[in-house]
Amino acid sequence: MTIPHRLDLRDICISLDGQALVELEARIGPGEVLTVMGPSGSGKSTLLAYLAGFLAPTFRATGQVRLDGRDISALPAERRGIGLLFQDPLLFPHLSVAGNLRFGMPRATPDKAARVEQALANIGLAGFGDRDPATLSGGQKARVALMRLLLSAPSAVLLDEPFSKLDTHLRHEMRQLVFDRLREAGLPSLLVTHDREDAEDAGGRIIDLAH
Amino acid sequence: MMLRLAPVLLVILLVAPILAGLVMALLPAFGYLPALGGESPTLAPWRALFAEPGICRSVAVSLASGLVATAVSLAVVLLYLAAVTGSRLDRWVRRLVSPLLSIPHAAAAFGLAFLIAPSGLIARLASPGLTGWEQPPDLLIVQDPWGLSLIAGLVIKEIPFLLLMSLAALPQLDPERRVAMARSLGYRPTLAWWKVVAPSLYPLIRLPVFAVIAYASSVVDVAMILGPTLPPTLSVSILAWFSDPDLDMRFMASAGAILQLGVTATALAIWWGLERLVARLMGGWIARGGRRQGETGLRIAGKLWILLATAIAFVGIGGLAINSVAGFWRFPDALPGSFTASHWVQALPSLAGPMASTALIAVVSTLLATTLALGALENEQRTGRHPSRALWLLYLPLIVPQIAFLFGLVVVMEQLGTRPTHALIVFGHLLFVLPYVFLSLSEAYRRFDPRWSQLALTLGATRNTLFWRVRLPMLLAPMLTAMAVGLAVSIGQYLPTQLLGAGRVTTVTTEAVSLAAGGNRRVIGVWALVQACLPLAGFIIAIGLPKLLWANRRGMQGVP
Ligand SMILES: Nc1ncnc2c1ncn2[C@@H]1O[C@H](COP(=O)(O)OP(=O)(O)OP(=O)(O)O)[C@@H](O)[C@H]1O
Ligand SMILES: [Mg+2]
Repeated sequence: MTIPHRLDLRDICISLDGQALVELEARIGPGEVLTVMGPSGSGKSTLLAYLAGFLAPTFRATGQVRLDGRDISALPAERRGIGLLFQDPLLFPHLSVAGNLRFGMPRATPDKAARVEQALANIGLAGFGDRDPATLSGGQKARVALMRLLLSAPSAVLLDEPFSKLDTHLRHEMRQLVFDRLREAGLPSLLVTHDREDAEDAGGRIIDLAH
Repeated sequence: MMLRLAPVLLVILLVAPILAGLVMALLPAFGYLPALGGESPTLAPWRALFAEPGICRSVAVSLASGLVATAVSLAVVLLYLAAVTGSRLDRWVRRLVSPLLSIPHAAAAFGLAFLIAPSGLIARLASPGLTGWEQPPDLLIVQDPWGLSLIAGLVIKEIPFLLLMSLAALPQLDPERRVAMARSLGYRPTLAWWKVVAPSLYPLIRLPVFAVIAYASSVVDVAMILGPTLPPTLSVSILAWFSDPDLDMRFMASAGAILQLGVTATALAIWWGLERLVARLMGGWIARGGRRQGETGLRIAGKLWILLATAIAFVGIGGLAINSVAGFWRFPDALPGSFTASHWVQALPSLAGPMASTALIAVVSTLLATTLALGALENEQRTGRHPSRALWLLYLPLIVPQIAFLFGLVVVMEQLGTRPTHALIVFGHLLFVLPYVFLSLSEAYRRFDPRWSQLALTLGATRNTLFWRVRLPMLLAPMLTAMAVGLAVSIGQYLPTQLLGAGRVTTVTTEAVSLAAGGNRRVIGVWALVQACLPLAGFIIAIGLPKLLWANRRGMQGVP
C-alpha cells in the first residue's frame, strides 16, 4: 500500500478570458503535503478542478500534470488516479456506510468485506458498516469520507478546504488524522485553504496565490 | 455511441411526424389527395367549409374559449401565488395539485357536467328550498351555446398545470427575498408579490401558457362533453367530417384542420397583443407606487377562486362515484334512494379489454419516453454542453393543435399502408408523453449537485457506473414522478388513440368519451371513475416506491 508516488506540476497556467488566474510550478514527493493559500476567488478550486480533470470549458489551461512521470493532463477524470476530499463529506445517501467504502475500491481488490471491516475499525467505527450515513455525526462522516478516499487507492490526493466546516476541536483532530494517513500511504497531496492553521498543521511547503 | 444519438432522435421523433402531418393536411385542403381522386389543386374544400352552417360561430367559440379559459386559469394561479402565506390551507392546496393534474380531462369534464347539469348535484342541493324546482328545469347549462361550461371545464384542469409550472419556476426568482425587500419599502405582502415577483415569473411560464392556449382552443374530448352542439366547436366539427363515411368530406376536414391551425395561431397572436397591453398597464400600476390599495381584495380572491376550482374538481369526481353506484334517484333528493353495484357488474366484462390496452399503451410509451429523455439528459451531462436551443422544439407537439396534424398523420399512415395497431398508437402518444416526461425530468437532472459526479469519478467510477450506481438511484424519486406524469398524459389521450387506432383500438378514455352522447349517467360514472383512477396508480407508486426502498436511508427522504 505504500508504493511511493510523486506529482509534478509543470508550468501550470489557468486563464479566464485571456487573463491568467493561477500560475504554478511545483513538485510534490511521496507523503508530502503542499499547501496553496489564497483569498476567495483567487482560483484555488479552479486549480483543483483542473488537476482532477473537470475544469469548466470557460477556462484555458496550459502546462503539464505528471503523476509518477506520466503526463495525465489529457486523461479523463476517472483514469487519472487522483482522489479528492471535499468541504462536505458527501457520503452517498442511498448507500450504507460499508457501501460507500466499497464504492471506490478497485474491482480486483481481494476480500473486500474484510478490508471494509478493518478500515472501519481503523477509524474507530467498527460495526458501523450497515449504518445509514445520514445517522452519523459530522466527525464520523468526515472519517468515513477520508477512509473511502484511501480505499480507492489513489496515487495523489487533492484537498479543497476539507476542514472548514468542522467545529474547532474536531478540526484539529481531523487534521491530524488526515495528514497522518496521507503520509503513511506515501501519497503526494495538495491542500488548498484560507486557514493558516491548516497550512501549519500540514507541515509542508506553502505557496501563496496572492503573490 | 448510442447516447450521442438520443437528442437527435428526440427532436426527429417530435418534429418529423408533425411536419409530415401538417403537409398531408395542407395538400388535401387544396384538393390534392390522389388516393381519393384529388389530382388538381382547387379551392372547392374551402368553399364547402365556409358554406357549412354555423362555421363562424364554431370558430368564434373555439377562439373565445381558448383565450378566456387561459386568462382565467392564469389569473387564478397568480392570485393564489400572490396570496400564499404558508398557512395550512395553502399547503393543502399545493398537495392537491399533483392528483388534480393527473385526473384526465375527460373525467374532470364529466365530473363538472354531473355537478352543474339541471339534475346535477348543485341543483339537487338547492332544490326545492332555494329554487322551488320540483322537476329538473329545462335549461341548457351543460353544452350551453356560449361555451361557458366548456370554459369552466378547461379552467379546472389548466389551473393545476399552470400552478405546477409556476411552482417549478419560482425558486430561481427567490420570491421571499424580493417580497421582503418590497415590504421593507412599505408594500403590503400580496401587492409586493404582484409588483416584484409576477413580472419576472411570467416570462418563465410563457411557453406553458402558450401550450394552454393551443390546447384550449383546439380540444376535442372536453368539447364533446361540455361544449356546444349546434354547432359544436371547430375541432369537434372537423372530427365529425373526418369520420364521415363519405370520403369526399375528407377534403373539407383537411381544410378545417388548416383553419384550426389558423384559429390557434390567431389566439396566440391576440394573446401576444394582450401581453403588451397588460405589461403597459402593470408598468403604470407599479410606477404609481401604491402600497396598500387593494391588498385585502387581492388576498381574498387568491384564496377563494383556487379553493372553488379545486373543490369543484374533487366534488365532481365524488359525483362520478355516486352516480356509478346510484340506484333509483328521485329529483330534488341530494342522495340516491338506493345504491347498487349492478352498473359495475355490468361494465366489468367490457372494462377489461380497454383497461389492458390503456395500460399497455401508457406503459410502453412512458418507458420509451423515459429512456429517450434520460439518454438526452445524460448526453448533455457527459459532453458538458449547455441545454441545446433546439429544445424549445419539445413544446411543438404542445403548441401545434393535435387535430391539425393528426389527420395528416393518419393520411400518411394510410399511404404507407400501416395498419392501426397498438404500436402506431404508442408512437402517437409518444409525441405528447415525451415533452412532459422530458420537462419534468430535466429539472431534477440539471439541478443534481455536480460534486456527486465529480466525487464518483475521482473514486475511479466509469461514466456508466456513475449513471447506474449514483445518478439513477439518487434521482429515482423524480424519475418515477416523471414516469407517473407520462402515464397520466398517455391515459388521458383521446384524439391520437381515436384517429391512429381508426376506432378499432379502444381505451378507457375513448370508451368514456364515446359514452358522452348516450347520456347514461350511471355507465358514464363507472367509466369516467376508472379513467380518473388509473393515473393515480402511477402517482401512488411514484410516491410509495422510493419511501419503501429508502426506508432506512434518511438522506434520501427529503430529496424531491
Ligand atoms: N464555471 C465558471 N465560469 C466562469 N468563471 C468561473 C467559473 N467558476 C469559477 N469562476 C471564477 O473563477 C475565479 C476563481 O474561482 P474559484 O472557485 O477557483 O476561487 P476559490 O479560490 O476557490 O475561492 P473560494 O476560496 O471562495 O472557494 C472566480 O473569479 C470565479 O468567479
Ligand atoms: Mg473554492
